[in-house]
Amino acid sequence: MSERSRIVGSALGNLRILCLLLLIICPVSAAFAHPAEPLSPTNIFAPASTPADSIFGLSLFVLAVTAAVFVTVFTLLVYAVVKYRRKAGDDGHEPPQVYGSNQVELAWTVIPVLIVGALFLATARVIADIQAAAPPPNSIEVVAVGHQYWWEFRYPGLKVVTANELHVPASDPAHPTPTFIKLLSADTDHSFWVPRLAGKTDLIPNHPNSMWIDPHETGLYLGQCAQYCGTQHAKMLLRVYVQTREEFDRWIQAQQQPAHVSPPQQAKTGLAGDPADTVAQGRRVFEKTACINCHAVAGSANADGRFGPDLTHLMSRDTIAAGAAPNTPENLRLWIKDPSAIKPGSLMPAMGLNDQDLNALTAYLETLR
Amino acid sequence: MSSDSIAWPAAQPLSRPLTDRVHEWVTTVDHKRLGIMYIVYALCLLVIGGIEATIMRIQLIRPHNDFVSPQVFNRMFTMHGTTMIFFVAMPLVFGFANYLIPLMIGARDMAFPRLNAFSFWLMAFGGLLLYFSLLGANGLYGAGNAPDVGWWAYAPLTALPFSPGHSTDYWTLSLLVSGFGSMGTAINIIATVICMRCPGMTLAKMPLFAWLNLVMGVLVLEVISPLTAAQLMLLIDRYLGGHFFDTQAGGSAVIWMHFFWVFGHPEVYVLVIPAFACVSEIVPVFSRKAIFGYPIMVAATVCIGFISMSVWAHHMFTVGMSPQGNGFFVLSTMAIAVPTGIKIFNWLATMWGGKIEFKTPMLFCIAFLFQFLIAGLTGVIQASAPVDWQLAYSYFVVAHFHYVIVGGILFALFGAFHYWYPKITGRMLSETLGQLHFWLFFIGFHLTFDFMHIPGLLGMPRRIYTYEPGRGWEIWNLLVTIGVFFQAAGVLVFVGNLVWSYFGGKYAGRDPWDAWTLEWSTSSPPPAYNFAAIPTVRSRRPLWDLKHPDDPDWKYE
Repeated sequence: MSERSRIVGSALGNLRILCLLLLIICPVSAAFAHPAEPLSPTNIFAPASTPADSIFGLSLFVLAVTAAVFVTVFTLLVYAVVKYRRKAGDDGHEPPQVYGSNQVELAWTVIPVLIVGALFLATARVIADIQAAAPPPNSIEVVAVGHQYWWEFRYPGLKVVTANELHVPASDPAHPTPTFIKLLSADTDHSFWVPRLAGKTDLIPNHPNSMWIDPHETGLYLGQCAQYCGTQHAKMLLRVYVQTREEFDRWIQAQQQPAHVSPPQQAKTGLAGDPADTVAQGRRVFEKTACINCHAVAGSANADGRFGPDLTHLMSRDTIAAGAAPNTPENLRLWIKDPSAIKPGSLMPAMGLNDQDLNALTAYLETLR
Repeated sequence: MSSDSIAWPAAQPLSRPLTDRVHEWVTTVDHKRLGIMYIVYALCLLVIGGIEATIMRIQLIRPHNDFVSPQVFNRMFTMHGTTMIFFVAMPLVFGFANYLIPLMIGARDMAFPRLNAFSFWLMAFGGLLLYFSLLGANGLYGAGNAPDVGWWAYAPLTALPFSPGHSTDYWTLSLLVSGFGSMGTAINIIATVICMRCPGMTLAKMPLFAWLNLVMGVLVLEVISPLTAAQLMLLIDRYLGGHFFDTQAGGSAVIWMHFFWVFGHPEVYVLVIPAFACVSEIVPVFSRKAIFGYPIMVAATVCIGFISMSVWAHHMFTVGMSPQGNGFFVLSTMAIAVPTGIKIFNWLATMWGGKIEFKTPMLFCIAFLFQFLIAGLTGVIQASAPVDWQLAYSYFVVAHFHYVIVGGILFALFGAFHYWYPKITGRMLSETLGQLHFWLFFIGFHLTFDFMHIPGLLGMPRRIYTYEPGRGWEIWNLLVTIGVFFQAAGVLVFVGNLVWSYFGGKYAGRDPWDAWTLEWSTSSPPPAYNFAAIPTVRSRRPLWDLKHPDDPDWKYE
């Protein structure tokens, strides 16, 4: 009898600790999550879009509840270990044998059931909020196709195709312009994860998925493929550029143009001879070798491959090789010469070009703005 | 019950030829020898799997490290996962079940001794098949080529175009072969517990160890079957033109996930329930009290067994299920926390009011309680599907399930090693080395797996061979890797202790812990036939009754 009442009494005493803990944990989580200065550009506790924000709120609730349970049980464990250790001058008798108590068992069954009920209801609400959202009329529609090991982004209504760097407009909560992303895969499973914008959703071949984001503030949001997809899963990085509506419209307009071959800046190639010749030679190399099997350049006669990224506006991107390297002429040249130097296991083959062709090809690609 | 007159080791001449002794072990059908072989086999692979983990952690010690290539890294995590689950954890729990169940229920062997031997060898050869891929995967033409599809081997990465060569086939065949072994063992455990109990030992009076392993056996039968079916379907896809998982021909990658996780999640309970079984024997003895709430413990375990069959798709919250589907798996997953919580509370209540002795087995069990509590709670966090949309495939998940498997299962099994080693070998493990092992491993475990949660929260996905600087992940990965070396040191001390104590440990006698279950009533190590006379019991703690004739348990049960 006394055994039972001691256990119950202690459990009640821990209610106080539980309340105290709730008071502590909320400010701590909030500090951890301070959005102005996130610990990391991919911190899930620094949400910048509605789905990530709802998840953040839910995770604080779940964390607080589980932390309270932890402190309660942990206190009981420490108490038992300290209080009931065998003392130095022990008489050697066995302690009183207690075989169980149905009332106590009932208590520690019912309380967890109630906690689980509360957690489930909070969860179900967020699931419904995020999954049931329908696209409003002025939402942006994007199709994301996962490839080993890069991202293809298509804007079907706007006739734009790009790669690895997704551009979306910021969404004003008063006039939301969310982006709805349809997720497809060309080969194996991938997963689209930009932690500050939304939870991840998988790209599975023959199993279309969708997700949405509505970033509130402009800026660059980072992420990467989260589902193991093969050798270079690690360098299948993701960049989401959130722009003002005007910037986004300008970007779309530029992307809709076919490739325009403009004279390269003199400083870039450093080759003897007329730069225009070099570019023309580079274009010939591009269109006469295997490049066009995988890459497309809109406006070119025969470059319409789809296995690799669309290169029409290659120079409008900050990075190459799915974010693995900054888009500089040196990196571009190295990438064409030997992709495995940047990304071992990448599916792009080394083309075995001589130095002259390599320089010309780089010069040509440099003109694809 | 006495068996002193025909003690087994003394009756054996010590200097027989080595070939004779090897032959005896290879052809044995004795449950104790098979149990020892399971355990030794698992320990060897534990070291190999640990080396694979260490290679990964060295690679991840800083961003853009080039200690190993991406190909090697991917093979390492595939082999580490497959090895640790199928060829370390499974043989360990089967080994202890094999050795202890007949002794605990007063039987002379398992129900089907030959099936028992067959099952062990299937598992042993399954493991060899997995590692033979290092030689055979490219025929004999190429260098080593272990499987690199991850331990859950999602379709269509396992299809021929993405996984040419034979490495995936070795993975498939090894799980197929060892899976049949596991099913044999499961049938054996179920039959033994149901049919071989000694007189007086009703289902309500058998040790919790036997009860929990019975539930484990049923789970193994239920879940290894779909895994085996999936492996056959994969082989059909790869070699007979099937399209089960061939997405280009209308097959479904998601079906593989269902097949795999309907095995994969109950598998966690297949491993953790035997760990619970060990804790349920050790905690009462070192608290000097009967287990609190025996019938509730049994009910909670059976309940876990049932619910665990309906939670698998919480591994698939990100694959685009309907809100209703997600909701169902949220509820079932959270529900399993209730019976699991009941078990933790009952262990606590067992310690409550006792006289706790902090011998090494108990230290491991207390650490188990603490760590399993955290593992369960991080599990509840991820059971909330939207939170899991952030956490799935991240290092948070990796930290969580290592908390279960290492912090929970392995700690409990280390406790079991220290507790039953005297029974198995006749000698005590060194208490000093045991405590050193405990503290090294405890510190290493917490350095590694506490800090591993954080990069997950900061957006670091798992299974990446390298990562970008500037994402706030560097310091955590460094700490995680440092912890690995403490754990490795702990395991070395443990192995050293096992070997040293075998030759130089104190003699244990038959009942060194003053315990209460039947295995402690026979000599250490027990004779081949276990008990000279089959015992008769009247309560759950027959040795308590013997030691306290004035106040026996059967008066209260």
